[in-house]
Amino acid sequence: MSHLGILEPGSRHDLRVGISPDAPDEGQLPDEGEGAFGYAHSYETASRYDGPGLRVVLFLSGCLLRCSYCHNPDTWHLKDGTYISAQQVIDRLAGFAPALRALNGGLTISGGEPMVQLAFTRRILAAAKQMGLHAAIETSGYLGDRVDDKYLENLDLVLLDIKSSDPQTYRAVTGRDLDPTLRFAERLAAMGKPVWVRFTLVPGFTDDPANVEGIARFVAPMKNVEWVEVQPFHQLGAFKWKAMKLEYKHVDTPTPTPDLIERVFEQFQNAGCNVR
Amino acid sequence: MEGSVGLKERQQKDCWRDFKAGDWRRAIDVRDFIIRNVSPYSGDESFLVGSTARTKAVWAKLQPYFEAERKKGVLDVDAKSPSNLLAHDAGYIDRDNEVIVGLQTDQPFKRAIFPYGGLRMVETGLKAAGFEPDPLVHEAFTKYRKSHNDGVFDAYTPEIMKCRKAAIITGLPDAYGRGRIIGDYRRVALYGIDRLCEAKRAERAQIDDMWPTDEIIRSREELAEQMRALDDLAEMAKRYDCDIARPAANAQEAVQWTYLAYLGAIKEANGAAMSIGRVSSFLDIYIERDLREGALDEAGAQELWDQLVQKLRIVRFLRTPDYDALFSGDPYWATECVGGMGLNGDTLVTRSSYRMLHTLTNLGPAPEPNMTVLWSKSLPESFKHYCIRVSRETSSLQYENDDLMRPFWGDDYGIACCVSAMRLGKQMQFFGARVNLAKALLYAINGGRDEVSGEQVAPPALPVNGEYLDYDDVVAKFDATMEWLARTYVHAMNCIHYMHDKYFYERLEFALHDRDMLRTMAFGIAGLSVVADSLAAIKYGKIRIVRDDRGLAVDYVNESEAPVPQFGNNDDRVDSIAAGLVTSFMNMLRKHPTYRNAVHTQSVLTITSNVVYGKATGNTPDGRRKGEPFGPGANPMHGRDSHGWLASCLSVAKLPYRDSQDGISYTVSVAPQKAHLSDAELISEAAKAFDMYFGAGGFHMNLNVIDKETLEDAMANPDKYPQLTIRVSGYAVNFIRLTREQQQDVISRTFHGQV
Repeated sequence: MSHLGILEPGSRHDLRVGISPDAPDEGQLPDEGEGAFGYAHSYETASRYDGPGLRVVLFLSGCLLRCSYCHNPDTWHLKDGTYISAQQVIDRLAGFAPALRALNGGLTISGGEPMVQLAFTRRILAAAKQMGLHAAIETSGYLGDRVDDKYLENLDLVLLDIKSSDPQTYRAVTGRDLDPTLRFAERLAAMGKPVWVRFTLVPGFTDDPANVEGIARFVAPMKNVEWVEVQPFHQLGAFKWKAMKLEYKHVDTPTPTPDLIERVFEQFQNAGCNVR
Repeated sequence: MEGSVGLKERQQKDCWRDFKAGDWRRAIDVRDFIIRNVSPYSGDESFLVGSTARTKAVWAKLQPYFEAERKKGVLDVDAKSPSNLLAHDAGYIDRDNEVIVGLQTDQPFKRAIFPYGGLRMVETGLKAAGFEPDPLVHEAFTKYRKSHNDGVFDAYTPEIMKCRKAAIITGLPDAYGRGRIIGDYRRVALYGIDRLCEAKRAERAQIDDMWPTDEIIRSREELAEQMRALDDLAEMAKRYDCDIARPAANAQEAVQWTYLAYLGAIKEANGAAMSIGRVSSFLDIYIERDLREGALDEAGAQELWDQLVQKLRIVRFLRTPDYDALFSGDPYWATECVGGMGLNGDTLVTRSSYRMLHTLTNLGPAPEPNMTVLWSKSLPESFKHYCIRVSRETSSLQYENDDLMRPFWGDDYGIACCVSAMRLGKQMQFFGARVNLAKALLYAINGGRDEVSGEQVAPPALPVNGEYLDYDDVVAKFDATMEWLARTYVHAMNCIHYMHDKYFYERLEFALHDRDMLRTMAFGIAGLSVVADSLAAIKYGKIRIVRDDRGLAVDYVNESEAPVPQFGNNDDRVDSIAAGLVTSFMNMLRKHPTYRNAVHTQSVLTITSNVVYGKATGNTPDGRRKGEPFGPGANPMHGRDSHGWLASCLSVAKLPYRDSQDGISYTVSVAPQKAHLSDAELISEAAKAFDMYFGAGGFHMNLNVIDKETLEDAMANPDKYPQLTIRVSGYAVNFIRLTREQQQDVISRTFHGQV
């Protein structure tokens, strides 16, 4: 089995078999191409956190960011996933479609970063729309420039992770530039595409009042942003870092106190955001 | 003579005042009475009230018994008087405060003995509980009277004995009451004993003209027994100052008469499952009338339900340690169905459906009576929401698919035990426990030898040769083993029920049935998900056999890197194997004629026996280790339904009800979580999820809303959780009364995040 062989059973990760050792490195993005095949990490059903209604969440592999608190470091590399045909994914999704429709839900593609595999996700999202499902992706927006407007047409919702409003903090936390994310957010705002902004609150890293203030001020005028979701940092992903023998910065990072969460909520509220 | 008939008619008219007339007046037809008179209710629960002082007083009197029982187990037994309708004097808990009266013996928590089922069970049970068997009873049932158990063992073959010993056919009702028969106890309230006897006399007169074949003679004898039982029931009721010869004249009497009839049944039989049926909406008709007449207020109405339920919570039978290992926590399945829809499209939900569920709030959660919500997409939304709230607070409800069952069984069926639907008063089943399919698979691989003992149990056949399991080869051998098993199983069941009818006939319960009823013979399978996963592993993996020095295959190693599909993930590759197994074993059973031409049915249900079956079964090709419990009922194996509850329940919903008409049990545990939804939204989303699951063909849902931490704490500190109730396959149980192994089994099951 994989380097994650010691993962506890009983989670979606349990099914991680058949990883793809020959996959390209995340440095080389797959071409737009046909997208008939791609790299999928895992999926789970019955999520109520990743969009409206009940969701099937498809986790793809491959991400360009290296967030120091990432709880899915096992999805960073394309080869962490299983090489699988889009049709297989679509067939599996179809088995859930009636239930998802009945529960006003749909498909959320997460990862990893969905936009790493443009053609693959384009196919899957189009199929989801054909099944009458609500379709969403969860993205850092870092690759937002890669997607054309047609791609976005098949999306009912974008869950946009804005890790920080300060370029330096953003780089410190993710290893990448902030600009592309902000550009993407503005583009979605201009299109009026529904967005839920997600902000991970990591004590000592992203909790600086000025940092929060910056995101709040940036997001507040955007009428397409339905929610700002504050996601308190947790240690549930720590075991994966350990299993993968990666250096984990957050061994001693506490989870946010209720007071801190309250303060951040207020900051967003005062700026005029719908926060939860 | 004429005068007394006139009096009777007047009396009947008075009791039936203000009821809409119909066929039910001319014939025994409770369903017709309900449909014509029921008051469907689509409002919410805001009308409900707490317990009365009288209810609380009775409840307070019972608490010391509950507490003592938790510490000591069986509190008292009358070892001298074999139980029947008239074996014991009237008994009370708190006579001044009891609105509904009647105990199994003359004291609460004093258990009775039922040697007609089998003397050995009685004596083992007595000894285990620290009581001395009675020498006179012993003499009577060894010298003068044969028991059901004696009869069955006279008819069993050596092969059946071997199967029993090897735990491939298990839990058979060959030494105790078969149960799963529901008398239509409502008949006593609606008609009174006199009218019921008259109907039985008419049924008898019809067959007096018929040529005395075996069936006719048996039927005549049975009808005679039934009439005697009705007389005895009236006599028993008299001891409680109730004149049940006539119909019930008000709500209190209706509840009392119905309960007395049920009480009679549990004095006559110690069946594993003794359901009460479907009484809430029937009795609601009487309550509505009393409310209209100003004879009752809401507090009084709730009091009737609370006090009925108090009685249903203290039913006790004397069991043996072996029995307790199979069915833990002293269950008796006083199953009551609430909800459901009428064939006319109206709901059968009434205010009393709410009142019945509200007893869980007034008296606290409890496993009994086994509250079963008959779920339909068309149920009033507010009732759906109320049920889910009750589930969340008590984890004491199970749900069954009324939309699925109604086309089979109409709109007046009850649930026997956990999941067995039967038309009330018109249908019965010959209960048959279950076979261990996982063991059968191992027999197929080992040429009929038991993988644990090495003994040849199934007929000798060619074992799997070579180092690896081949799918087609295993399937062919497994089919042959299942054919043998099905034949042996039907054979055993025919012996059991022939003897049960002969030596332990449930005369009162059948007195509350029509003479000509539908009989089913209810077979069962355990280990479905183990076998499905094993076959999928053989088909999609590469399974190497490990043999021991006896040449027996005792372990299996999957050498393939490829992912193997597992039941519980909405993956058709394995789900179709599971569904196919249900159908093919059912068809094998159907090949063999049954006693009294019963219709073959089957359940996928284990209750808590999945632990015991697992214990007796060696390593299986799916990677399950020797001794590890099976998934309960139709559940996926623990931890393998790794894609969330949606995938899990959609897999189970694919199992075909037409080939499993005795029910398909599925238990789900969810941790209470909020998501970003308001409470009202959460409840309404959960209701939609139920609609979706049942709409997809799901049959049953045991819902636990509880987190692992609470259960672990309850294991460590049982005294803190005297009433903690959870649903296990098909019934609810007081968690702290489970064995430690079973507690661990419950905790190890998959918990899903949110509904």
